[in-house]
Amino acid sequence: MTASSTGPLLELDNVTISYQRRRDRVDAVRGVSLIIQPGEAYGLVGESGCGKSTLAMAVMRHLPRNGILSGGQVLFEDRDLFRLNQAELRRVRGGRIAMVYQNPESALNPTLKVGEQVAEVFRLHRALRHRPAAEAALDMLRKVRIAEPDRVVGLYPYQLSGGMRQRVVIAMALAADPALLVLDEPTTALDATVQADILDLFTDLRGEMKAAILFISHNLAVVQQVCDRIGVMYGGELIEQGTVAEVFKRPRHPYTAALFDCIPDFGVRKSDRRLAGIAGGVPDLAALGTACLYEPRCLISRQLCRVEHPDLMRAGSRHLSRCFFHAETPAPGAAARVRPEAVPVPDVTAGIPLLSLHGVGRRYGRAHILKDIDLEIAPGETFGLVGESGSGKSTLAKVISGLVPPSAGTVALAGERVAGQVGKRTGRQRRDVQMVFQTPDTTLNPRKKVASILGRAVRVLAGLGGKRKRDRSSALLGDVQLPVEMLRATPDRLSGGQRQRVAIARAFAGDPRLVILDEPTSALDVSVQASILNLLLDLQRESQAAYLFISHDLAVVRYLSDRIGVMYLGELVEVGPTERVFRPPFHPYTQALIAAVPRLGGAAPERPVSLDKPAPGPSERPEGCPFQTRCPRAYDRCRAEAPPWRDAGEGHMIRCWVALDALEASQSAALKPRRVQAPLPIGRRP
Amino acid sequence: MLRFFGRRLLLLGVTLVVASVLIFAITNVLPGDVGRIILGPFAPQDAVARLNAELGTDRPIVIRYVDWLTGVARGDWGRSYAFDTAVFPLVVERLGRSLTLAVSGLVVLVPLAVAAGVAAARREGGIFDRVLSTVSLAFGALPEFVTGVFLILVFGIWLGALPIQALPPDGAGPLTVIAHLVLPVGCLVLLLFAYLFRMTRASMIEALAADYTRTAELKGLPQRTVIWHHVLRNALLPTITVIGAQIGWLVGGLVVVETLFKYPGIGSLIHFAATNKDIPLLVGCSLAITFVFALGNLAADLLYAILNPRVRHGRHAH
Ligand SMILES: Nc1ncnc2c1ncn2[C@@H]1O[C@H](COP(=O)(O)OP(=O)(O)OP(=O)(O)O)[C@@H](O)[C@H]1O
Ligand code: SF4
Ligand code: SF4
Ligand SMILES: [Mg+2]
Repeated sequence: MTASSTGPLLELDNVTISYQRRRDRVDAVRGVSLIIQPGEAYGLVGESGCGKSTLAMAVMRHLPRNGILSGGQVLFEDRDLFRLNQAELRRVRGGRIAMVYQNPESALNPTLKVGEQVAEVFRLHRALRHRPAAEAALDMLRKVRIAEPDRVVGLYPYQLSGGMRQRVVIAMALAADPALLVLDEPTTALDATVQADILDLFTDLRGEMKAAILFISHNLAVVQQVCDRIGVMYGGELIEQGTVAEVFKRPRHPYTAALFDCIPDFGVRKSDRRLAGIAGGVPDLAALGTACLYEPRCLISRQLCRVEHPDLMRAGSRHLSRCFFHAETPAPGAAARVRPEAVPVPDVTAGIPLLSLHGVGRRYGRAHILKDIDLEIAPGETFGLVGESGSGKSTLAKVISGLVPPSAGTVALAGERVAGQVGKRTGRQRRDVQMVFQTPDTTLNPRKKVASILGRAVRVLAGLGGKRKRDRSSALLGDVQLPVEMLRATPDRLSGGQRQRVAIARAFAGDPRLVILDEPTSALDVSVQASILNLLLDLQRESQAAYLFISHDLAVVRYLSDRIGVMYLGELVEVGPTERVFRPPFHPYTQALIAAVPRLGGAAPERPVSLDKPAPGPSERPEGCPFQTRCPRAYDRCRAEAPPWRDAGEGHMIRCWVALDALEASQSAALKPRRVQAPLPIGRRP
Repeated sequence: MLRFFGRRLLLLGVTLVVASVLIFAITNVLPGDVGRIILGPFAPQDAVARLNAELGTDRPIVIRYVDWLTGVARGDWGRSYAFDTAVFPLVVERLGRSLTLAVSGLVVLVPLAVAAGVAAARREGGIFDRVLSTVSLAFGALPEFVTGVFLILVFGIWLGALPIQALPPDGAGPLTVIAHLVLPVGCLVLLLFAYLFRMTRASMIEALAADYTRTAELKGLPQRTVIWHHVLRNALLPTITVIGAQIGWLVGGLVVVETLFKYPGIGSLIHFAATNKDIPLLVGCSLAITFVFALGNLAADLLYAILNPRVRHGRHAH
């Protein structure tokens, strides 16, 4: 079309975007300049609220009503996007630039068939008539490798899984063969296994379609897999930019380096190193001085940084950094030298288990949400629970805490059988089991002060009143490293991380023996996640509480847990000590989960199992092994009979018909890295 | 779709049966002594007994119900005491008038309120939105006899432009019929506009802010297509339900409007039947209105289902 062959495809020139708020005006993006060449993949990372989405929306010229481009230019194919008239703009949108954003749940129109939604683009931008457009849409769905495209075209969005919906959105975006694809967290809302498939799809499509990509993510490993160059944003500014290889090998801004240190690299354990969080929070955009924006959190800041604002400066041939002292940026992994305090190793074999579940099941009508769960957790142990969404992890957590009574089996605490409903448990039993949820917002009353939230917990759980109650509340707040003044704050004035700390403090009010943590860090930035994980370790060292830690992030689970259980369709399919579970033999499902983890360092193993085919719902559970519909090794027997538990030694159990040595032989072979890049030091111990 | 339709039809049947039982029960069982109610407290007891025997109220209740129901199905709705005519033709005639009024009201109201709601939502907080929201709220808060009297005074008496009686003379041409309907319909529209307008406006604002609307805009679709093809389908769903639920009331509940404009519809008939203790007539009116109510809901449900695939297919997600 109009693509010029020489110039850059997209050029942001000193772009500033402001939001008018009730009382003030804030610059959410400040003076960002960047260039994307045709066919290039550019990644944009940074903590929440640093302006990534705002920038993406500016590239679509689709700012919220109170947002304006208050400075600079957005040039696309040498034309100023903000000067196009509506007709020209419409030709660019969807035709030359297309967008995919985070939430596949809501991105599709619920009342139109998905085939029609894709075909619409062909009719609009390719001037195809009805029939050819429908055929082109079907072709496109094939191209994004959706299962059964002929059937899918006639379905409505609610009939598709999250991964399939995101494929439809991608098909829609690619339909007009755009020159630029803007992807804002396209895989964040998806299960790790689905994310891995979608990322593979992007990698493949880049070979076929030549579209340039602006890829926004908070997940560094994902950016590394997809992108050529990377830009790091902080407080609305671009603070570092370079090739992915360079930046990942040797970041030149203390913020980037700190971001790397927040993430537990896959394989790092709590006994290896303490995670380095980033103290403090992102700057308040409404009150920025003249200093370096990162100064309050920077570990190497000096006098100069407090008086002068650094410009982007050259830190390598294609490497820019907004730091006066970029050469002194600590290498990532430096924090690895911070040895953790001794991590207690619970004795799993001796004594009475703290928690034991026997034959626990939960059904609604014909649907088994949980089936036949046997599980023991030792005092002081951290047990990690993993599995895709819908596998029953949260239901299991609720059964243990008594929020959902089991419909079969028994739950025992310290050898004593407890009632299914929390209301029928004794005070001590209730105190013993506490829960922390993914979004504390829903469990913390936004109008109550922190003091009254904690005070109530202290009164109910520890039976204290008056001054002793207040003392205990302040002490709890200290334990979760929040200042005492926060007792007077209400939760809606706290950040996500602070709220989660309050929720954790509340859970610890009555000296619990088991704390159930259901995705406690999934909604948080990596920097906040790191500090919460550290906090959990500290609290455990002091209180000896056991944790049941639920997460879809295998790296985090592996970092924190002593033992791990893998759930599929309401059943446990593998249980064992953490390091054993991450070594062959694996259950075929575990193998697929592990292979889906995006890794820093780029050495991902071959993915032998694609889990893109969605799991059957709990009411469509097949006879025999629940995993048979997706398992590449399934054979007749798996369809006839439930598989047996096989003992791999040291408490490592796998539930599968295939013999363990056969599993191990093939899986060890598959673990050979598929593309080895230069070894990267990130997160590795020296 | 066929299964959905079948289920709805079944539901309609159940509603009608339950309603008929209720109507029958209220008028035949609860008072205990129908004859006494009709003849009043001072009538001699033997007259009451005679009337009861005549009405058959001394027979077993189930038999009476079945009898009554077969009669109803055959169009034998009994005789009105007050008018001393068969109930069925009377009710049908009045119902026809009320339907005419209600349907004319809806035909004017729905496009107007929906269009205004859409326009206001597209410029939320703009002049049009603010003015219309305030004005419609004010009108909606006025009781219908105030707006009715106001309309009659202004258009009927001062300006003398429109007839103030809704019922046209016999054999009038269509234009005259319409002219007679203008004022009562205007009264209805003023009464209901605020409600429908705000409903549409609210769901429109929600749909406009939805991610799928952004998707449609970022596809490069022109505004018109975005609104017609993507937003309206979703935004109209709640409005449709509301209209469906209002139809029964629109047909049977317009006593004030009918009285003001001297329009003999079923609303004033039911009022008359109740005040005159004309039980067969009361039953007939209730039956007719129940029927319209159920059919209105059915129509709304079907329209809803046509727009919303999720309902149509039952809840079968993966
Ligand atoms: N419509 C708006 N009105 C006012 N302020 C806004 C608006 N949208 C975003 N902001 C503010 O602008 C800043 C940048 O927001 P933006 O959504 O671009 O960040 P982000 O990097 O995409 O964050 P995340 O990772 O959470 O998606 C934030 O401080 C946010 O609160
Ligand atoms: S300029 Fe100073 S404060 Fe800012 S990042 Fe560099 S060293 Fe830290
Ligand atoms: S039992 Fe069969 S289907 Fe199940 S995991 Fe093992 S091989 Fe696969
Ligand atoms: Mg964002």
